[in-house]
Amino acid sequence: MKNYIIRRVLMLIPILLGISIAIFLIMQLIPGDVVSGILGIEETPELRAMWEKKLGIDKPLVTQYFNWISGVVRGDFGESFRTGAKVFPEILWRFSISAELAILACIVAWIIAFPLGILSALKRNSFIDRIVRVAALLGVSVPGFAFATLLILFLALVFGYYPPIKYVSLMQNPLKNLEIMILPAIVLGSSMAGSVMRMTRSSMLEVLRQDFIKAVRAKGAPERITIMRHAFRNASIPIVTLVGMQIGILMGGTVVIEQIFSIPGLGQYLLTGIFQRDFPIVQGTVLFMATIYVIINLLVDILYTYIDPRITYS
Amino acid sequence: MSDKKTYVDRRLPTGDSLLKQLWQDPLGRAGFLGILFILLLALFAPIIARYDVAQINSKARLAAPSGTYWFGTDNFGRDIFSRIVYGAQVSLLVGVVSVSIAAGIGYLFGLAAGFFEGKVESTIMMLMDIIFAFPSILLALLIVAVLGTSIVNTMIAIGIVNIPVFARTVRASVKAVKGTDYIANARSVGLKNSVILFRHITPNSLAPFTVQATLALSSAILTEATMSFLGLGIQPPNPSWGSMLSEARTYMEMAPWMVVFPALFIIFTILSFNILGDALRDALDPKLKL
Repeated sequence: MKNYIIRRVLMLIPILLGISIAIFLIMQLIPGDVVSGILGIEETPELRAMWEKKLGIDKPLVTQYFNWISGVVRGDFGESFRTGAKVFPEILWRFSISAELAILACIVAWIIAFPLGILSALKRNSFIDRIVRVAALLGVSVPGFAFATLLILFLALVFGYYPPIKYVSLMQNPLKNLEIMILPAIVLGSSMAGSVMRMTRSSMLEVLRQDFIKAVRAKGAPERITIMRHAFRNASIPIVTLVGMQIGILMGGTVVIEQIFSIPGLGQYLLTGIFQRDFPIVQGTVLFMATIYVIINLLVDILYTYIDPRITYS
Repeated sequence: MSDKKTYVDRRLPTGDSLLKQLWQDPLGRAGFLGILFILLLALFAPIIARYDVAQINSKARLAAPSGTYWFGTDNFGRDIFSRIVYGAQVSLLVGVVSVSIAAGIGYLFGLAAGFFEGKVESTIMMLMDIIFAFPSILLALLIVAVLGTSIVNTMIAIGIVNIPVFARTVRASVKAVKGTDYIANARSVGLKNSVILFRHITPNSLAPFTVQATLALSSAILTEATMSFLGLGIQPPNPSWGSMLSEARTYMEMAPWMVVFPALFIIFTILSFNILGDALRDALDPKLKL
């Protein structure tokens, strides 16, 4: 197990290097010249030379990459073209906001998905089962931005309620913060809940058919214990896989949802970077998000072994 | 003992029997009809649309749905119904072209990786792993940020992010088929690699590929709508459901129809594709039934 974890962590290095090279190369494809973009009509040969030196783009491509990546390793992602502010501290601060949103979305998704998925499997082909399946299909099919817009419209027209647009951090005022975060968390969580519900249902149906469940029941175990301790635990491996796969979707989702609800998270930072053509921000944010994504996927893999001790990695 | 795998028929059922199977499943029928509806809307857009999509009419700004404007008008007085109809064309075009890019490149990569193994396989799959390591919308946004916003760049971006799923699906199928007796027989009678690959292995790996293509179409349409919603996909005045919804947010209280109709059409289309994808998967692989 320990060896497996060490090997997987070591395998992260080439993947992360590959990601960094991919991002670096994609950024080189930018049409037009970054310096011309910054200087505009004020461009003179002296100013151009100064900016090229400042941005480090007067050096060969390989040197540029090594300079960039060695900075990244030291936590220096460069500075914003527009404001001159360091990118990395900004990424960290915004990441805490996006992470809070993602965690809340997961909580919402699990609160909806697990009980309903289990219920749907236990009451297979009943009226409840049909309702849950339709709800799950809608959850999977309704895009977050469409749901968010319809939800805001509904709340405004029916209750005259408008989501707050000024962000307040969790430390400043937890209640106000929750008011800001709860709607986006519901939107993100409900689309995640759809697929988790479907997987919980099918996985539970598979397990409930097996002989050991009959044996547990025959022994006279209470139904609650049969379902939760025996069936659900065994059904949870594909669900964990799915949850791992959904983290990518969740990260993409935060980009859109943060924009709609004016939450200053990583997604909004990335979009600002894209719209203002502030490439250190784009480069740094994408690298950071992809790294977090890869690390979380690794953690999910390791989590399997704790859920199911039968899985051993060699 | 022989280590040959037993032959598993992974070919697509013939067109007729697959369609019949889909039609017998109520969900499959619903998904099929839903997509057919959107497809007809897109194909006959010039006949169905009642006004020019870019025609600004300052006298009819934010008009509510009526006999003249079935779905109402937007802040420029443009007919929302006509824009929705042409929006179907844009959605399907981006979906089909980007999935074709992804499927074509992914197929060749998957075929090569599964068939040749060794260095070819490890190089291709490492490249796929790197693309796969990005959350897809993030990579699509990055590509568009660099290439600039246009309909072609949107298709390229969505195409690139979808390559790995196809490459992985095809590679797995090729590996499953490759060890079977009839491929060994094909080799023993001296058939060329290209003949084995395209005439014998390809038809046998089409089933999972088809399911993947249906699901990828739905995700491509969704990605386009999301990118356009963010202002990084289809640019105005071209109608895209995503950008229509985005523009509508400013006027949502005065003109809720600006929000409701594009949102309903996006949901309807994605839902139809997902339902068909589910039914197709059940028809082709009953073991996976959810």
